Amino acid sequence: MVFDATAGFPESRRRSLVDRITRHAEPYLYTAPALILIVTIMLAPLVLGLSYAFRDVHLLNPFSGGYVGLDHFRTLYDDENFYRALRNTLWWTGASVFLQFVFGLVLALLLDRPFAGRAIAQALVFLPWAVPTFLTGLNWAWLFNPVIGPLPHWLYALGLMSEPANILSNPQLAMWGPIIANVWWGIPFFAITLLAALQAIPRDLYEAAAIDGAGAVRRFTSITLPFLAPTIAITVLLRTVWIANFADLIIVMTSGGPADRTQIVASYIFTQAFRALDFGYASAIALVLLILLLAYSMLIVMLRQVLMDRA
Amino acid sequence: MNRYSIFGTALHRLAILCYVVFALFPLFWLLKVSVTPNDLLYSEGVRMWPSRMSFEHFRFVLAHSAFPVFFRNSMIVAGATAVIVTLLASLSGYALSRFTFRGKYWLVALMLLTQMFPLVMLVAPIFKMLSPLGLTNSLTGLVVVYTAFNIPFATFLMQSFFDGIPKELEEAAKIDGATQFMAFRQIVLPLTLPGIAATLGFVFTAAWSELLFALMLISGNSAATFPVGLLTFVSKFSVDFGQMMAAGVLALIPACLFFLFIQRYLVQGLTAGAVKG
Repeated sequence: MVFDATAGFPESRRRSLVDRITRHAEPYLYTAPALILIVTIMLAPLVLGLSYAFRDVHLLNPFSGGYVGLDHFRTLYDDENFYRALRNTLWWTGASVFLQFVFGLVLALLLDRPFAGRAIAQALVFLPWAVPTFLTGLNWAWLFNPVIGPLPHWLYALGLMSEPANILSNPQLAMWGPIIANVWWGIPFFAITLLAALQAIPRDLYEAAAIDGAGAVRRFTSITLPFLAPTIAITVLLRTVWIANFADLIIVMTSGGPADRTQIVASYIFTQAFRALDFGYASAIALVLLILLLAYSMLIVMLRQVLMDRA
Repeated sequence: MNRYSIFGTALHRLAILCYVVFALFPLFWLLKVSVTPNDLLYSEGVRMWPSRMSFEHFRFVLAHSAFPVFFRNSMIVAGATAVIVTLLASLSGYALSRFTFRGKYWLVALMLLTQMFPLVMLVAPIFKMLSPLGLTNSLTGLVVVYTAFNIPFATFLMQSFFDGIPKELEEAAKIDGATQFMAFRQIVLPLTLPGIAATLGFVFTAAWSELLFALMLISGNSAATFPVGLLTFVSKFSVDFGQMMAAGVLALIPACLFFLFIQRYLVQGLTAGAVKG
């Protein structure tokens, strides 16, 4: 009897200790695979790449690789092309994210309402997302081409153009080409994310609100928006950063031209790295871009925190 | 009131129609060009449909190019990446949604950081790292790289879906004796099916269309993916639009099928049902 009692006590204590360790280890076990992959495949090359910003690295020159200190940044400070690319990035990112988000939100709200043929309509409007960006760029470049595409002729017929011309070769309008292609391709992204979030909202809330006499607008601002807010914040934040770095469409459609009017920082980095093969200078530009985007993200995260604390 | 709702319904359908037309027109144009014979390509450039159809471009692509191989490679890479990423991101997203733990802030910061750096800059270092491991010129190498690139966003996405699921469901299960992991697997995951479907779709299409790293890491046709194959078309056939668009139409088929399959899960409002029941 006495023996049993003393043996039983440490046994239960040991088990609670194991439980405690398991409970503490659990979140780390969940995140470990993701963390290991990110550190080895992204963080390690990132650090290596950053060191290039202070070195003379030309990809095909085996004698390069020596440290040059801040030389790249001094060059960058006087680089007119860089400042133009920075202005273009703001315009490209702002217009793309804004249009994608607005059209995406409207589409998600339209699709959240049941109607005959919704499944088909939904599958069709989400289709652009499945189109490879490379193909999207070529496809739109072709639509804008007056020789084989219809768009210039339509714009001409509407009186918006004095003659059917390619907007991609017009320095004033060229940026609209990649922006329109980007909006076409990116609307489904916002729509899918927002729609999935919309459908996670318990329907009872709307029914209860309707019984209490809340109108459609009131239901939208008091139920839909607060539920969507976290998804919107995270989607817009990540998309902005992503689009600022998204050079595929521009490279495929205009290669930064005409007269560098569509050159964004990301495509400028690409040009420096892959055409000029100057990996050191390209990394220096990337470092500046990284710091700017980091500052932007901090701002958004802080803003989100403030908004959530208030709620 | 009735007239208002009829008007609203008409407006709703009209808006949907506009979206459908906007989404489909470029793809329709792609199809139109792919079936236009070369001699009509420029003379009938702006017609909605060519006066004479031809499948010569498709025949050429299927019989005289390595396109079927590119196609298979892309299916393997995108499929494997989508499944692995969704699996790992469900776990990490769940941890971010339900646990507070030491280092969580740094984990989130690290994931955000990886979203900010232009991936262009990782091309050379990654090439140098993977080369001695024999992971260049291999589909496995591409899957590893794409998985790492897509995990941060997929994690945030899954987290936001988990955040939308009431904690009470798991707490009830735990009172009944389930561990946290059992509750996650048997209660939370089934409710997150729309989110899982969305994540699968995003990652699959992202991996399917990635061009830069595929170009850098793969040399030669045997392990080339579809975007690399398209680029080969551009350079080798001096932008033969008919053939390229035919190849593009073929590449759209798995994407279309995938989306038809996926969107079924998006429609189901599973959470609403669970909270009610």
